[in-house]
Amino acid sequence: MTATIPATHSGSPAAPAPGSTNGPAGTGAKARRSRRPAGSIRRLGPHARPRKNIVLTIVMALFVIYSFVPLVWLIVNATKTQGDLYSTFGLGFGHSFALWDNIVDTFTYKDGIFVHWFGNTLLYVVVGAGGATLLATLAGYGLAKYAFRGRRAVFAVVIGAIAVPGTALAVPTFLLFSQVGLTNTPWAVILPSLISPFGLYLVWTFAVDAVPTEVLEAARVDGSSEIRTFFTISLRLLMPGIVTVMLFAIVATWNNYFLPLIMLSDPTWYPLTVGLSQWSAQATGAGAQPIFNLVITGSLLTIVPIVVAFLFLQRYWQSGLAAGSVKS
Amino acid sequence: MHHSTRSSAWRRVASVAVAGAVAAAALVGCSSSGTGSDSGSSASDVTATLKKGGTITYWTWTPAAKAQVAAFEKAYPKVHVKLVNAGTNTTEYTKLQNAVKAGKGAPDVAQVEYYALSQFALSDSLVDLKQFGFDSLKKDYSTGPWGNVNVQGALVGLPQDSGPMAMFYNKTEFEKYGISVPTTWDEYVAAAKKLHAANPDAYITADSGDPGFATSMIWQAGGHPFTVDGTKVTINLQDEGTKKFTSVWNELVQNKLLSQTPGWTDDWYKALGNGDIATMITGAWFPGILESSVKDGSGQWAVAPIPTYDGKAANAENGGSAEVVMKQSKNQALAAGFLQWLNDSKKSVSIFINAGGGFPSTTADQNSSAFLNQAPEYFNGQKINKVLVSGAKDVVSGWQYLPYEVYANSIFSDTVGQAYSNATSLDPALKNWQKQLVTYGNQQGFTVKGK
Repeated sequence: MTATIPATHSGSPAAPAPGSTNGPAGTGAKARRSRRPAGSIRRLGPHARPRKNIVLTIVMALFVIYSFVPLVWLIVNATKTQGDLYSTFGLGFGHSFALWDNIVDTFTYKDGIFVHWFGNTLLYVVVGAGGATLLATLAGYGLAKYAFRGRRAVFAVVIGAIAVPGTALAVPTFLLFSQVGLTNTPWAVILPSLISPFGLYLVWTFAVDAVPTEVLEAARVDGSSEIRTFFTISLRLLMPGIVTVMLFAIVATWNNYFLPLIMLSDPTWYPLTVGLSQWSAQATGAGAQPIFNLVITGSLLTIVPIVVAFLFLQRYWQSGLAAGSVKS
Repeated sequence: MHHSTRSSAWRRVASVAVAGAVAAAALVGCSSSGTGSDSGSSASDVTATLKKGGTITYWTWTPAAKAQVAAFEKAYPKVHVKLVNAGTNTTEYTKLQNAVKAGKGAPDVAQVEYYALSQFALSDSLVDLKQFGFDSLKKDYSTGPWGNVNVQGALVGLPQDSGPMAMFYNKTEFEKYGISVPTTWDEYVAAAKKLHAANPDAYITADSGDPGFATSMIWQAGGHPFTVDGTKVTINLQDEGTKKFTSVWNELVQNKLLSQTPGWTDDWYKALGNGDIATMITGAWFPGILESSVKDGSGQWAVAPIPTYDGKAANAENGGSAEVVMKQSKNQALAAGFLQWLNDSKKSVSIFINAGGGFPSTTADQNSSAFLNQAPEYFNGQKINKVLVSGAKDVVSGWQYLPYEVYANSIFSDTVGQAYSNATSLDPALKNWQKQLVTYGNQQGFTVKGK
């Protein structure tokens, strides 16, 4: 998809295009209309040509190992029976290869509640992350491309909202939702997920560069309505930014733990994160029923979709991450 | 089980935030006195409502609950019980506290462990079951759990199970190193030294700082570190009983004779099976854990009474839960009827015991000859229930938990836990815990004095 887009944002760090896209020479339109907020202008020094550096390579190798060991552990241990988990070395395989049994058990334990949780997570991701992306796109574009009274105030609120950790808002949000009777319903998870100040900010900074104001003006002169312009021109130009926001939102919703934990009391609405933690907690106390093998296999199954999503969408992610850091 | 409140940081944030809010609400004039019909209910109402029927919600994480509810609905077809596993221990409390604070969303009946009962009782969120005449059920229960469900003159729940403590020990390991079974704490310390010297991988027990265990041990030593009278709380974590406990446990902590494997982890289960943890001083529900989840230990374990300080039998409770009726319940009489059937009927209790859920709190079940004569193969045919039931009779009375014990336990590892990992004396660490508990309690509106 990157290739179909005008080179307004060639920001992939692996392939910098020195000179042409770099430097502080903004377009006249930008200087006139939308002064970008201070702080988002980050001047990169002249691009250094990539050089081989042994120390850096070693450091990177260590980081790779550091990041991969937990994943390897997870994969190895998903093949073990509960007994092997107790009796064999953590990073080695067990006496038997029980991956398939574990997967079947995970899917069938307690009448297949895992499948149910999987469906819930999908629901929260599709509606929550999808909605968050839509709202962030609309709002970010609007703020970037239209001048109106109070835009600075909106900006301050958005930046402020990024600074407040979601955890701090969880209990007040719970009390609020409880007042309107929304706790213990899927809405309690979906509605807060729809708000993504960071995504909004990202689309905003991205749109400033990605959608040249001249293009919008030309469209206006040609008699295109604002809405039509948005859908036929701007949306396409914004696509890399939107995909990035979507990925952030998907990952955040997929991993969302604390909010559903306090909002939901009925396991039928749990997402995978809370469900797996409940399985894990089953190992404690009188009447404990440890199912560590299912917790581990369930965790592995839980990360598979997100890994797949990443592999497919990582190029957008890369280009999107650099959005706003390089002026076009 | 508060045995090893696994300190997930998130969970702690939640319980702290919410416990604060709730305790505050409790003290601002006990505002949220339920919406239910609490006047004029009585024992006859309970029987009538059971026949009339209705729907109630029951929060529990007890594995036997599904079978118990099924049997109940068979006996009372007009009553529908919505069974919800809202989380294990502290997770459930957080949700329960949230619902109390919000004024709605609580179930009709909920499982609450004994140590957390007074926290909910003091926030005025539990129904006093005396109004249904349930105080007459006293004779049905052993003294430890019955004392636990009576909080400040109110009967706030009915006991589900109980956990009179005992010493579970790996007999094979003991015999291998020629260690005799300790009957006093001094002998226990000597056994710890001998075992670890003979096998550096083996420890007498695992304890990396477990608040539930420490409070139970202080209880057994005759300590009363927490005295609660209304909203007046006195904390003395250096009283005679506490010092008795630390004098023994310091020996183990400071000489690094305790395995630091955290409880309920896979490593812990593993160590119970391979002899690296040689004893567990814990509640009578422990055999169920061994039998179902430590299969490797079969034939190795045995039970003995908890060691004493001076040869005079004394015991404490560790773990166990009650079920309570929430004040938010719209049908308290029906909820009470279900509760009575759940925890006081032969049928339900036997389902509970047979599901391996735990140790009964009802004396009739404890003393039935079938129960006493059980000789599980796992324990080499030892009649373990005889030891455990006799231990239930020695439980020291008068123990009180803090009205914010859930919070207290959640900060235990940050304060006292340090002493365990640094192998230093527990006494200054307990004083530090006390200091934080006094400060926190006063912030929550209690009048807390530290001695």
